[in-house]
Amino acid sequence: MNALSHPHWRLLVAALACFAAAFALASATGLARSVPELLRGIGVTATVMFGGSAVAIVVAPVAALCKLYGGSAIRWLAIGYIETFRGTSALVQLFWLFFVLPHFGITLEPLTVAIAALGLNIGAYGAEVVRGAVLAVPRGQWEAASALNMTQSQTLRRVVLPQAWVLMIPAWGNLLIELLKATSLVSLITLADLTFKAQQINQNTLQTVEVFSIVLLVYLGLSLLITLGMRQLERRASFGLARGPGT
Amino acid sequence: MSESFWDWAYVWQVLPELVDASVVTVKATVSGFALALIIGLAFAIARMIGPGWLRQTTIGIVEVIRSTPLLIQLFLLYYVMPEFGLTLDAMTAGVLALGLHYGAYCSEVYRAGLEGVPKGQWEAAVALNLPPWVTMKRIILPQAIPPAVPALGNYLVALFKETPLLSVIAVLELMQTAKLLGSESFRYIEPITLVGLFFLFFSLVAAALVRALERRLGRGSGRVAR
Amino acid sequence: MVHFDHVTKRYGSLTVLDGLDLRIAPNEKVAIIGPSGSGKTTVLRALMTLDRIDDGVIWVDGEPLTHMRRGDGLVRADGKHLRRMRSKIGMVFQHFNLFPHMTALKNCMEALVRVLGLPVEEARQRAGELLAMVGLADKQDEYPARLSGGQQQRVAIARALALRPKIMLFDEVTSALDPELCAEVLGVIRELGRAHQLTMLMVTHQMGFAREFADRVCFFDSGRIAEQGPAREFFDAPRGERTQRFLRAVMDAG
Ligand SMILES: Nc1ncnc2c1ncn2[C@@H]1O[C@H](COP(=O)(O)OP(=O)(O)OP(=O)(O)O)[C@@H](O)[C@H]1O
Ligand SMILES: [Mg+2]
Repeated sequence: MNALSHPHWRLLVAALACFAAAFALASATGLARSVPELLRGIGVTATVMFGGSAVAIVVAPVAALCKLYGGSAIRWLAIGYIETFRGTSALVQLFWLFFVLPHFGITLEPLTVAIAALGLNIGAYGAEVVRGAVLAVPRGQWEAASALNMTQSQTLRRVVLPQAWVLMIPAWGNLLIELLKATSLVSLITLADLTFKAQQINQNTLQTVEVFSIVLLVYLGLSLLITLGMRQLERRASFGLARGPGT
Repeated sequence: MSESFWDWAYVWQVLPELVDASVVTVKATVSGFALALIIGLAFAIARMIGPGWLRQTTIGIVEVIRSTPLLIQLFLLYYVMPEFGLTLDAMTAGVLALGLHYGAYCSEVYRAGLEGVPKGQWEAAVALNLPPWVTMKRIILPQAIPPAVPALGNYLVALFKETPLLSVIAVLELMQTAKLLGSESFRYIEPITLVGLFFLFFSLVAAALVRALERRLGRGSGRVAR
Repeated sequence: MVHFDHVTKRYGSLTVLDGLDLRIAPNEKVAIIGPSGSGKTTVLRALMTLDRIDDGVIWVDGEPLTHMRRGDGLVRADGKHLRRMRSKIGMVFQHFNLFPHMTALKNCMEALVRVLGLPVEEARQRAGELLAMVGLADKQDEYPARLSGGQQQRVAIARALALRPKIMLFDEVTSALDPELCAEVLGVIRELGRAHQLTMLMVTHQMGFAREFADRVCFFDSGRIAEQGPAREFFDAPRGERTQRFLRAVMDAG
């Protein structure tokens, strides 16, 4: 098979094409001088993105397992967290942490606020993804483990979660794209991310269409890269795991 | 101690203004979602029965809208339209952006509904010599839309929660009002917390309604992440 | 070896096991047959402690399984007691329930390492021997998805045997299989019965196999044993009218 005909390669090509088009557009419209600024913005966006995903990926399974198996106090705590963060938007959470925490004497760096708010936001959605995947593992797997005398936590760690990870990769792909989109909000709490830089350059050059089109292309390219990464992960994880009859 | 954290007198003072602002939020939600329903359906139909080029273009547009930030789309509509001689007031630009963004999401929901209608229905319609448009309107859509309702409901909730974004182009909805109140008095805690509680309350109520609807339609699987 | 002492199991208002009394001797092979929904699976699941029973006591090896002694009386078993008792019992499921993310060998090693705490090398060796015994030495590194149904079920048998249970439970282990694959699995079970000291309890629709292999047949109807007896006697001269009707229907079906 031709390596370039593999759909994953097409994603990579499309992502690179987006970045190339963005760069070409910048050069053609006299915005080349702003490219270093934009790159610095991309750096901040990427930092928030990685920090936020790290928070989400840690928080989501913990919250999910607390909701599924915790004692009643812990379960309600988890439900409270999940519903609060799913019930309001990332922007409200961002503003709340940014404007309200100082009233309690807690002043955090904007970057910390950004990573915490977005990570907790996506983590709440992720918790429901994890929970759904754990519940989607067939009951027979629990019973087989129980017949082998494995404990509940052994079953969870060794049998259920390894299967659940595979099930949840596509949903996490969507969540990470939501996270990328949400990183644009950090511009509203003074962080100089890609969106912030776009507004700045727009004010300086007044080339509105060009600036925002370039930025749109960059976000599109970044999304494609995330999709590519998740597809790759999915392919790796599901190796040998195509579901046979009754397993 | 608690005096300095939470000031009830201040709450009563700002509440009327926030209530007024919530009307703007509701208006933006309702008109944005109405637009999303229409745009989504148009995308889905174009993608299903349109000619090849239209299909590809629609797929591309939906993909771009779904993978880029609503905030950038909002700026584009608000700042760029005037260059084409079309000056939009902030509210209109906001509603357009919400409608377009969530229209792209809704189109996927419609598509799942449309694909859920058995092929035999199309074939029966062809056998009756119905034109494609009539088939779509009278045979397919009536079967495709009801099962899509809960998923669409989830997006209504999602759109509602995202209306605070309109504050960045100075639409005087809840968030913008809260920030203005905060900057006047240097007290953000009450207005922003009240806004958060408002969204939390209505999202939870709406999510419960969607779940009840799902149960009545007898399907627990039409859930979407966002 | 096993004693169901007036065991009752209900789902809501439905009584699935109705004061069941059943004694099984060490090394005995008992076949359970009966119409769908008569409670056959429930008996095995109760013995494997996958389901709680509502009334009565199950005894295994002279000890209460579902309960523990406390003073003079019995109280419901706690997790520790259940784990200790469960180690005497192994179960093979109708739908195999292999762990799809582990190879055949890993499936068999998992409990050896995690439950018995054997060193990995020793577990690997024991699992390898068992897979060889069920004729799958060459498939030990395959994932379940790449094995036939018969092969998967043989892995499941090896996996259950790895913990060296005294009692083995088989719940319609061939009914998800084509006749040909069915024969290979039954062959393994036959061999097991011959070569090992095992008490076996099997739910089956294979009347020929039950007749030839089992020491005793129990016919279940509505959560009770409607008729039981030595296998040959049972099949050659069923007494109850209900039993006769059931056997006739099964024979007609094939
Ligand atoms: N989890 C459950 N909840 C409610 N009812 C149940 C449950 N499991 C089993 N039952 C009911 O218990 C009864 C006995 O079930 P069981 O599985 O023991 O039947 P069976 O004899 O094994 O039948 P089959 O030959 O079809 O496997 C059936 O009527 C079944 O509907
Ligand atoms: Mg059964």
